[in-house]
Amino acid sequence: MTACLLAIVILAACSTQAAQPVPLKSGVEFASADVRSLQQDDFANPGMLWVTRGAKLWLEPAGSDGKACGTCHGDANRSMKGVASRYPRIDSVSTGLINLEGRIQQCRERRQHAPLMAYESDELLALTAYVASQSRGIPVNVEIDGFHRAHFERGRAMYYQRVGQMNLACTNCHDANWSKKLGAETVSQGHGNAYPIYRLEWQAAGSLQRRFRSCLSGVRAEMFPYGAAEYLDLELYLAWRGQGLAIETPGVRR
Amino acid sequence: MYPGNGKLSHVTTDFTCRIRMLVLVAGIAVLSPRADAQSAAVTFRIEAGEIRTPLAADAGDATRGRAAAAARDGGNCQLCHALPDMQAVFAGTLAPPLHGVGARLTEGQLRLRVVDSSVVNRDTIMPAYYRVDGLRQVAAAFREKPILSAQQVEDVVAYLKTLR
Ligand code: HEC
Ligand code: HEC
Repeated sequence: MTACLLAIVILAACSTQAAQPVPLKSGVEFASADVRSLQQDDFANPGMLWVTRGAKLWLEPAGSDGKACGTCHGDANRSMKGVASRYPRIDSVSTGLINLEGRIQQCRERRQHAPLMAYESDELLALTAYVASQSRGIPVNVEIDGFHRAHFERGRAMYYQRVGQMNLACTNCHDANWSKKLGAETVSQGHGNAYPIYRLEWQAAGSLQRRFRSCLSGVRAEMFPYGAAEYLDLELYLAWRGQGLAIETPGVRR
Repeated sequence: MYPGNGKLSHVTTDFTCRIRMLVLVAGIAVLSPRADAQSAAVTFRIEAGEIRTPLAADAGDATRGRAAAAARDGGNCQLCHALPDMQAVFAGTLAPPLHGVGARLTEGQLRLRVVDSSVVNRDTIMPAYYRVDGLRQVAAAFREKPILSAQQVEDVVAYLKTLR
């Protein structure tokens, strides 16, 4: 009995996993005051350029049938409200996991019969930012059961896997060391609730997967191509981990 | 990363290691058969929590070591540590400041921490600067290369010794 307790104590002491962040804090809370005020003012937020462009694209006919997104979905302010909070999710047709970008691409392909937009192209970022911005203030709320489960588990494993020449995992920075400084940058809890964001360093908007690539290249790890299954799984895990945070698209970061 | 429990420092005495040849299975240290022709693997020995013998023939140079510690493509130590003679605004706070570390630790202890801090603390976030195996998904440009060369490790250690 005593030995058993002792073993439990030892195991607990040797546990390598840092707890998930409490309380949950959006990335903007770790940004400097000027970056924060850029995000919070729609007239100053450079990400709004992509949102505005997305609003135009929403109404632009594309593909052989000459249909626009708005032809089927009408007023995005109403029809797209809350949608981004449920992604990534399983697509009922293919039973594969898709993120918001993937959902938009599917409509292009299946409904508009229009050519796909390249991942990370301004068009796709604009439409994604426009659709996601309709959910501002709505809490992230993804499913992780059923067909989601295996993706969720793989995403979680990836989050805890040390990689790269610097041998670090997402958890080492975003669970164990958030609020501390890595060089001149304050490490946040690593949530995806404000994406696509406008990043001053990029001088452009970028997707959550672009941010993954920044973190991976920072630890000198191999990157996956945009849209890779690994990134989708990681997006799902990250969304679950940030469940309850309000969507803030378009975020602004340094 | 290590299947064994607890700190390694008690059991890693007197084993001859090449770059990370130490594998711990259930508390027994064994030498892994991995031999790598590409990495100019220098043999080193961990005794009582130290690497006592320098990795390179030339003595470490503190001035070069300071530059190697600061360089973004070198040690980039300020990502996590504050260093007494470098600008504090760029210094991270993920790790303790290195003020006085040259007085706190012996040369052999410093060398071990730069070579592979995970020998001291299994869960450390400090990268192993002189190790190529046991890593996953390393970007092609950095594969099979330690972050610092053997000579750079000696230079950085010489620099750390000046932080008293
Ligand atoms: C060596 C430390 C480190 C590691 C390891 C790391 N990150 Fe980051 N991450 C950062 C820093 C620094 C930033 C920029 C500041 C911030 O927003 O947190 C960042 C930003 C982010 C953001 C953007 C947060 C926001 O609000 O804009 C996300 C999401 C993220 N990381 C996820 C990940 C994931 C997923 C992994 C693993 C694949 C990972 N990070 C690995 C340091 C790290
Ligand atoms: C990604 C973070 C990170 C980087 C980069 C890093 N370290 Fe560390 N280092 C740590 C942490 C954390 C500790 C505290 C002990 C531990 O947790 O292993 C530490 C401990 C040390 C110690 C022991 C300090 C003491 O007082 O006992 C020395 C010496 C050291 N580091 C030197 C360096 C040098 C030199 C470099 C660059 C060549 C470097 N570190 C880069 C995270 C880092």
